Amino acid sequence: MTQALPQGKLYESQKLALWYFWVALALFGAQVLFGLLAAWQYLDPGFLYGKLNFMTNRMLHVNAMIVWLLLGFMGGVYWFLPMELGREVVGIRLAKAAFFTLVGAVAVVVLVYLLVQYGPGNAFTLWFITEGREYIEAPRWADIGIVAVMAIFLYNVVATALKAQRITGVVAVLMFDLVALAGLYTAGMHYTPNISMDQYFWWWVVHLWVEATWEVLVGSIMAMALMHLLGTPRRIVETWLYLEVALVFGTGILGLGHHYFWIGTPEYWLGLGGFFSALEPIPLVAMVVHAVYDAGVHRMQTVNQPALFWAIAQAFGNFIGAGVWGFMQTLPQINLYSHGTQLAPAHGHLAFFGAYVTAILTVIYMALHQVRRPDLPRFDSKLWKWAFVLMVVGIFGMSAAMTVAGFTQTMVERAIGGSTWQAYIDAQQHPWFQNGMVWRFVFGVFFFVSYLVLLWDLATIGKGEARAVKEVGAP
Amino acid sequence: MEIGWIETTIGALFATVVLTLWLSRGSGWLEPRFWRNAAVVSSLIMSGILVYLTVDSVNQIREGSARVPAYTVINHEIGLKRDYEKRRDVPVIGEEVGFFGKVWSEAEAYALVNKGKMTLQSRNCMDCHTLLGNGAYFAPDLTRAWLDPKWEAMVMPMTGKATREEAMAEWLQHPDRYPTFARRMPNLRLTEEEAKALVAFLKWMSAIDTNGFPDRFAAAE
Repeated sequence: MTQALPQGKLYESQKLALWYFWVALALFGAQVLFGLLAAWQYLDPGFLYGKLNFMTNRMLHVNAMIVWLLLGFMGGVYWFLPMELGREVVGIRLAKAAFFTLVGAVAVVVLVYLLVQYGPGNAFTLWFITEGREYIEAPRWADIGIVAVMAIFLYNVVATALKAQRITGVVAVLMFDLVALAGLYTAGMHYTPNISMDQYFWWWVVHLWVEATWEVLVGSIMAMALMHLLGTPRRIVETWLYLEVALVFGTGILGLGHHYFWIGTPEYWLGLGGFFSALEPIPLVAMVVHAVYDAGVHRMQTVNQPALFWAIAQAFGNFIGAGVWGFMQTLPQINLYSHGTQLAPAHGHLAFFGAYVTAILTVIYMALHQVRRPDLPRFDSKLWKWAFVLMVVGIFGMSAAMTVAGFTQTMVERAIGGSTWQAYIDAQQHPWFQNGMVWRFVFGVFFFVSYLVLLWDLATIGKGEARAVKEVGAP
Repeated sequence: MEIGWIETTIGALFATVVLTLWLSRGSGWLEPRFWRNAAVVSSLIMSGILVYLTVDSVNQIREGSARVPAYTVINHEIGLKRDYEKRRDVPVIGEEVGFFGKVWSEAEAYALVNKGKMTLQSRNCMDCHTLLGNGAYFAPDLTRAWLDPKWEAMVMPMTGKATREEAMAEWLQHPDRYPTFARRMPNLRLTEEEAKALVAFLKWMSAIDTNGFPDRFAAAE
């Protein structure tokens, strides 16, 4: 069994988890804001031109996301780990130091991005301003910091398990995954003038993080969450987790090949990458089956309504965003034309939200329940439903708009126009594309509003109203 | 027999299933032990294949290989032609014509393309453009940028330069002066040296064999 402390008491590790969650949520806001700026620049290219260019907004948009999701995952692990192993996390002071180091480093990197933006074409820029490689733009010094923080994190998990003299299936999977996660990041820390070689290993970080190790990390966190949320027996949860690891790694590792179609790599990747990446949705279907079954058994009612709904959204979002939208463009015969169009961000937005944002929100709601009102048999509010619905509508709206724009690019620019500079301009000026960009911005604003509602709910849930209701009912 | 991707795929799946079944003798398929074995076996087999293929791929994409040309390719005429056997466009490397009015030695060409790559990263090109189809979508794909007809049709007359490389270098230093549509590239303060190096990088990249991506670019020439 997992072990929570008596009501109202938290492990130090859980207090630390809350810091992670709040910083993660703040960066989530930054991600949305810079995304809105970049989206507006599609509609008004003169906006902040030369001052805060699209490239800078886009870099901040994407980097803020990567960092806040990582912070959210780490928070999730620090939250559940002591309960899973029945003792305080070992090396908690080190973990706190790592937290402040990470937050400080992120602040410095962001300031440099905003104020310096770019530098001369030499190694200094790559070490101290930006590495200029999409997703892992962080300068090299920050890369080293990220690996160090991940190493401390791994140490916390392993040392705690050793000290507790206890290892569960979930913790074993977690350790194995964290070793891979930290190791893979180093594959993205090399410079080479050869762009094919560069992108070959760049994908080891980008794909093998997001489509393999992150999926398993979030799987472990959700496994721990489900045991608490639904009281699902450990045996069932762990069997599902193993099944997921078998399928995610079994399809996702060679599924990496779908990024090796066009970067100069040999032709066999067309077949291997197409085949294995086409199988990548299978584990995600399995998770949907599990979610529908669980939700049905519990008749959509648990001790924590928002957490339950975000958990169900995770299963569906992961399947639809990562699975369906990914499959849509993963076969090489389609990808030849859809590659490098707005279809990619359509998939990206839906997948990151569906697979990862939802999972972190599930854990945050569970944590707030225990922090604020462990006495409440049912943690609920009116507002979370609004945040939930608005957010889901916002993300689907943005993705749908980008899908239409991407379809236009695929057809006008790539299939018909031969991908030249002029073909690119033709597609960008096509009404379907331009309407797509307008609607993407509209739904982006929508999403931002839903973010504010979510934040308000997270700040207030379990505080006023619920207590009052209980007091009225009390004798 | 040549081992192709189909044999690799079938072999990998077969080995995963057989090894999992063998290791899980005595356990039913619904037991945790069965799936724990499946997880370990599939991770190890797929990682093993990835490592093996990585060694092969890395050898095939070294600069100077059949797929990724040597940096001295910048001295040559570069084009694309339809290969009817492969049913796709392939780069063709033609006669030596020089680059910025001279022939670059191996070491000079390396230094120039290297500077171009550093410039590309330092100016964060990938957060607006795509390279080999990867990056952001705010600006055109640069995979075959060197071969784009627009340089001769529009940019050479606009900048008044006599050669494509000179026109590109001038345009890259002052993109704000030479708009091509509503979205203008910002002036990223490239020095002349950096601009030339970037043009060299783009020329070299356009000679990489990308399995036919982007399709029918040759038809535009």
